[in-house]
Amino acid sequence: MEDYVIEMLHITKEFPGIIANDDITLQLKRGEIHALLGENGAGKSTLMSVLFGLYTPEKGTIKKNGKEVKINNPNDATALGIGMVHQHFMLVDIFSVLDNIILGAEPNKCGFLTKKEAKKKVMDLSEKYGLKVDPDALIEDITVGMQQRVEILKMLYRDNEVLIFDEPTAVLTPQEIDELMKIMKNLAAEGKSILFITHKLNEIMEVADRCTILRKGKYIGTVDVNKTTKEELSTMMVGRHVKFAVDKAPANPGAEVLKVENLCIKSKLHSKDAVHNVSFNVRKGEIVCIAGIDGNGQTEFVYGLTGLDDIKSGKIILDGEDITHKNIRYKNTHGMSHIPEDRHKHGLVLDYSLEENMSLQRYFEPEFSKAGFLNKDKMREYSDRLATAFDVRSSEGAKTIVRSMSGGNQQKAIVAREMDKDHDLLIAVQPTRGLDVGAIEYIHTEIVKQRDAGCAILLVSLELDEVMNLSDRILVMYEGEIVGELDPKSTTLQELGLYMSGAKRDRVKEA
Amino acid sequence: MKEKTPFLKRPGVQTALASLLCAVLGILIGFIVLLLMNPAHAAEGMWAILKNFFKYSNNTKNLMYYFGSTLVKSVPVILCAEAILFAYKAGLFNIGAAGQYTVGILACVYTAVALHWNWFFALLAAIVAGAVWGLLGGIVKAFFNVNEVIAGIMLNWIGLYLTNIVLGRETVMDTTKSETYEIVKVNPSGTLPGFLQGLFGGNQYMTIAIPLAVIIAILIKIVLNKTTFGYELKATGYNKEAARYAGMNAKRNIVLTLVISGAISGLAAGSYYLTGIEHFKIASSVPGMGFNGIAVAFLGGLDPIGAIVAGLFVEYITLGGQYLNTNYFNPQVADLMVSIIIYLCGFVLFIKHIFNKNKASVGAVNANAVTDADAAANEAAKSAIEKTKTPDTGAEKEV
Repeated sequence: MEDYVIEMLHITKEFPGIIANDDITLQLKRGEIHALLGENGAGKSTLMSVLFGLYTPEKGTIKKNGKEVKINNPNDATALGIGMVHQHFMLVDIFSVLDNIILGAEPNKCGFLTKKEAKKKVMDLSEKYGLKVDPDALIEDITVGMQQRVEILKMLYRDNEVLIFDEPTAVLTPQEIDELMKIMKNLAAEGKSILFITHKLNEIMEVADRCTILRKGKYIGTVDVNKTTKEELSTMMVGRHVKFAVDKAPANPGAEVLKVENLCIKSKLHSKDAVHNVSFNVRKGEIVCIAGIDGNGQTEFVYGLTGLDDIKSGKIILDGEDITHKNIRYKNTHGMSHIPEDRHKHGLVLDYSLEENMSLQRYFEPEFSKAGFLNKDKMREYSDRLATAFDVRSSEGAKTIVRSMSGGNQQKAIVAREMDKDHDLLIAVQPTRGLDVGAIEYIHTEIVKQRDAGCAILLVSLELDEVMNLSDRILVMYEGEIVGELDPKSTTLQELGLYMSGAKRDRVKEA
Repeated sequence: MKEKTPFLKRPGVQTALASLLCAVLGILIGFIVLLLMNPAHAAEGMWAILKNFFKYSNNTKNLMYYFGSTLVKSVPVILCAEAILFAYKAGLFNIGAAGQYTVGILACVYTAVALHWNWFFALLAAIVAGAVWGLLGGIVKAFFNVNEVIAGIMLNWIGLYLTNIVLGRETVMDTTKSETYEIVKVNPSGTLPGFLQGLFGGNQYMTIAIPLAVIIAILIKIVLNKTTFGYELKATGYNKEAARYAGMNAKRNIVLTLVISGAISGLAAGSYYLTGIEHFKIASSVPGMGFNGIAVAFLGGLDPIGAIVAGLFVEYITLGGQYLNTNYFNPQVADLMVSIIIYLCGFVLFIKHIFNKNKASVGAVNANAVTDADAAANEAAKSAIEKTKTPDTGAEKEV
């Protein structure tokens, strides 16, 4: 008989109108790394929430060490030794590493903290599993990779034996990813059992022993990783054969559209500039990509460029015109289109209908309003036209409240709006974030089409595959500065990673 | 795609049903309170409140007169509700409506009584005063990012004491009665022109304020739904960041919204005090009208027309208290009942949620709105409780 530490048997979880988990079985062996693979909306999060006691399944049982258990809330899960490293770390920035690790399980004597023993335990664990941390450093001062190690130590400190990693590599550089893979293997070798949630096939191939695949809430299968291939996994995940590369002809750049000169933007968090002395240009018919690890000034840079935030100094020139101090409306109506990083925060008014969102950048134009009154018929026509052209699907057409649409269709609506609007420059920030493979393919094709139609495109992306596949030129941003310009055809992922982590830089810092 | 939404699934219908349910529940709980106070006469008391002015049904003239009084007294609370829902659509919780209403009283009573202004200019003064009070809140919100609720509450008190100081002067305050002089006596041109007074049993308080309130409600409905300004306001209210991203001028819109909201609150004061039905007394707390407006706005489902219905209903129940037999009951039972209904208003969205339970998309009921509604209901309930504790600020004419 197999030695399963956790078994989730025939789990069914329904939400009104949708079956999120339909008879799913997941069995985790002791000491294995088990990957959970699936697209967005496949039901991975629901399944993990069930394991964590956040949802109660309609059907199915959960067993721990062969014995049936009831998990009604996260405390039950913790008591059973199940721990989770969240995608977005749950750390207190101004606390030290040690304080964060003991938080919630503070060792004490009559209410007084006894940190000495805690520190010893943490250091022992750190050594045993090769998790290098400085227990006295503040979280805000350490790298993302180290923060993740703190999260892992938090679970080990609580003597958890089942560790769930929720898309742990999204925020890491290639080097940090390698490091994490090593740590995971160490943990498994020491007898910990790991559930690894991801949609990155390379990582599964490298580290996992077995892999369970979900698709649209259904259980597709569990395979031994060393007996399968990347292609087979992706076909199981998506249900059809997927193209990994983007079809595109070589770029044919024309005149300069955007020119950024010595742009500096103040940071809201610390006294250093969030963006420092950034200069580059984007020409007609090319896709320039700003690559970098999350939090290296890309967001601030885009906010400054588009006018969402103030800039400290520098110049922004669009089509030969200095637009540095123009307001957002002016930029929007003078050639700048912007697919924002956060579609819920900026891109859409979720409680507005699709038609109202489609005209969000144009409602004031004579075509859509007269003497301050909206022309709702025109808005509807326009929305229907865009929805057809860009394949935006919704339950009730133009009247659909956008909140009820799927993430992919929401994103397509934004893409449609920004691409149809009169523009010379398209700023696309994380345009495929959180989308499934099909929608990603579609949006990439549209972006290439825009480029070929003579549009200048500034892509900001954290996804390395996207950076390598889509762009014609790569600028790497590290700590608010452009540290290198690379040609995607002649560079490697490893080299890109060195730039992204700050290990390598080309340009000398200007005084 | 042109499929018609089933009647019961239409948001408007659901809001109306939910509001109705709250009202019925409120009355039921009110009845329970009556039972606890005096079981023998509870049914009789309940009937008196509900029957209200219809007890005069054998005398058409009296019936119409008291119906008119209910209309007159509904106008300010309806207008305050309009002011509040207008700002709320733009994402601003104008709790300062109470203060804007108060300075509206200051402006219209002072100009009508002390300066002998004509009603039109006195009403205009009330509107301008309310707008200025709204502007103050709007400026600190837009340019210094001061929460409009905090600014509003502070401005409420500033407005109250300013009004006490100015209207406490001997030129306006009849010190023997300690209330402001009757406008009709000192400045007949200061009262609003009559409206269908003959039809309403010669009720001298029936004025153009009533059609005016309806016109304002319709105007607000049009502005919110048909204009680019309304589109911007609602976009800002739903998602401020997206509005900014779309290039809308958030600061201008915040200021403008609070100015308009304040102007309507000021108008509410003018359209009440300039009828002569109410006189100002030195007050130790901010008049509850603005707070009750919050409740009426939510009971009306945040719809300008719904607010009219809700305002009439709330005023009907409140005035119903006067028909209670005072040997058995304290007339404030009606206020208590209104408070309960108002409290239940917080559940309007919750009840709508239950209606839609089998619809997946509503899983995302705006949690924010629920808490806001709750806060509003609590605030209104508080003010209603305060009302029972402290003497009413206005000396209501005996009906």
